[in-house]
Amino acid sequence: MASRDDIKFLSNPKLGQKAKKYCRFRKYGIRHIDYKDPEFLKQFVNEQGKILPRRITGNSLKYQKKVATAVKRARHLAYLPFVTDLLK
Amino acid sequence: MQQYEVTFIVDPVLSGDEIEGTAKTYLDHLKGEGCEIVHEEHIGLRQLAYTISKRTTGIYYCVEFKSDSGTIVPKLELALRRDERIMRFLTVSLDKYGVKYNDDKRNGLIGKKRMPDEEPVKAKESDGKDAPKAAAKEAKAPAKEEAKAPVKEESKAPVEAEAEAPAKEETKVPTAAAVTTTATSEEE
Repeated sequence: MASRDDIKFLSNPKLGQKAKKYCRFRKYGIRHIDYKDPEFLKQFVNEQGKILPRRITGNSLKYQKKVATAVKRARHLAYLPFVTDLLK
Repeated sequence: MQQYEVTFIVDPVLSGDEIEGTAKTYLDHLKGEGCEIVHEEHIGLRQLAYTISKRTTGIYYCVEFKSDSGTIVPKLELALRRDERIMRFLTVSLDKYGVKYNDDKRNGLIGKKRMPDEEPVKAKESDGKDAPKAAAKEAKAPAKEEAKAPVKEESKAPVEAEAEAPAKEETKVPTAAAVTTTATSEEE
């Protein structure tokens, strides 16, 4: 007879769970965000070049503000576009 | 003493000498005002993300300087604004993290895993901790140091990630670092 341990789920029960978002700046100790590094900043904008909200990036408020400032500075210096399509 | 950073884009249509001359003008201007030039970087020709005055490329320069009073900034900006060779400019005052970041970047620490200047600090820490403990605990000490080493090493990994920005690597590599960090902090 099959014991309790032999029971297998048809699908992985952990599949539906989403990984918790976290602030990468806090986690890895990044204190300064360089506006001259557009490749890094592209992680925080969508395909149209809009700054992604905190609820998507998971940044803490402090660093989201810094990211926003860096993106805006990068836009001014034409490192990043103000508006575009298919940025990524 | 506040540290500033001015980035400007020079018109690429100019000849090489003129471009260098433009950058030199502002370096001299800063020096003339008694500023200490920390670093001057010729980033070079870059594709602009959008056209500025019908140009699609620009030559980027970045100058870091220290100034006692901020009075130089408006003067410099006025000069930059009046200069037709300059397409864009941005002056930023750097906080201590910005200064450190730029130093690290210059020394090639960003983009690499190990930070050489962290080594002595680590040695001190372990000395201070292990000294009061008896020799009997020596067996533990090496294990501890081992645990510490990757923390120092990998806590700098994100900086690398910042420079190179490979999202996947970033999530993979320092996970262990996060775990070890919490472990050491508990020990302390």
